[in-house]
Amino acid sequence: MTTITHHPDISTLMCCAAGSQPEAFAAVVASHLALCPACREEVRHMQEIGVALFDKLEPVPVSCQPPVVAMRAAEADIGSLQADREAIADICKTGVPMPLAKHVGCCLHDVPWQTVAPGIATYTIPLSRGCYGTLKLVMVQPGIALPLHGHTGAELTLVLTGSYTDEIGTFRAGDVADLDEEVTHRPVACPQNGCVCLTASACEAPFEGKKPD
Amino acid sequence: MLFQTYAPRVKSYMMRQGADPNTAEELAQETLLTVWRKAELYSGDKGSATTWIFTIARNLRIDRLRREVAWQPLPDDIEEEASADPAPDEIVSEHERRDRVQAVLAELPADQAEVVTLAYVEGLSHSEIAARLGLPLGTVKSRMRLAYQKIRGELEVLNR
Repeated sequence: MTTITHHPDISTLMCCAAGSQPEAFAAVVASHLALCPACREEVRHMQEIGVALFDKLEPVPVSCQPPVVAMRAAEADIGSLQADREAIADICKTGVPMPLAKHVGCCLHDVPWQTVAPGIATYTIPLSRGCYGTLKLVMVQPGIALPLHGHTGAELTLVLTGSYTDEIGTFRAGDVADLDEEVTHRPVACPQNGCVCLTASACEAPFEGKKPD
Repeated sequence: MLFQTYAPRVKSYMMRQGADPNTAEELAQETLLTVWRKAELYSGDKGSATTWIFTIARNLRIDRLRREVAWQPLPDDIEEEASADPAPDEIVSEHERRDRVQAVLAELPADQAEVVTLAYVEGLSHSEIAARLGLPLGTVKSRMRLAYQKIRGELEVLNR
């Protein structure tokens, strides 16, 4: 694998460790973590912050008894849990990060792409009901430039195959662009290989601003 | 016993995350049930029960409280990643590390501690924190980064 040079912002990884990210952004970070041991290591430290805070919470008395019967019944189930052990750092053999492959399959060509402009196709990945923001796969043909655009909210993009170049630099497979709303850029897909990305974008709220499409 | 020790804390966590007391109690039960189910997969010498239980509670909250797909369940099986990088846990006990993290958290400037608590304990995203505090998004993010740099620095000293 090529070396990853662009990582999510520290604060983005912290939100992942805290479990407080909007679903679309969590999807992009999860896919990046599957590819990036360095960020997995950071998230592990960030998890320690959560543990430290959790440990200091004021306990709230629990009125119920321990669910002993249910616990006994659960013991019979233990075999089925072995699969959970590989939850992280998993990439399917086509190179698609496993968290993403679970939603769109291992072959990016088989995704039901919709052409939105010459040389540009997208697929919107459905999110849970009530989630704000959008999660999209974007495929850009070799050498095609996206129109110059700003962002109405934060945008988090993971390059899956190929690469693209914009004012910030060149982003290759595994790299993440963690962009604030003030960033305006004009990405151009790699002239040889084009580019496939996973992009999360925020809207202010489901009932304000642009409706998620 | 695990249940008496941890269920009240998980309940407290779930309530801070926005659950009503009944739901919080159910989720506390479910968390401890998961702990029980996975106990055989867990070897107590690596990682503490607290880490494990926090992680299960964090994953469960996304799944149940927010009814979202947990795209990023943190590995509640700490051993896997720990063995890939043997350094930290072997040199200093997890308990000691937690004490140090708590000490750094206690010394953080109030504005940094606030955003960290809102993210981890109240479960708010960056933009929700920005809206709650009436701050620009960039300010929220930079406060979180500053807080983490201090904690990370402290953990690095421990590992030396």
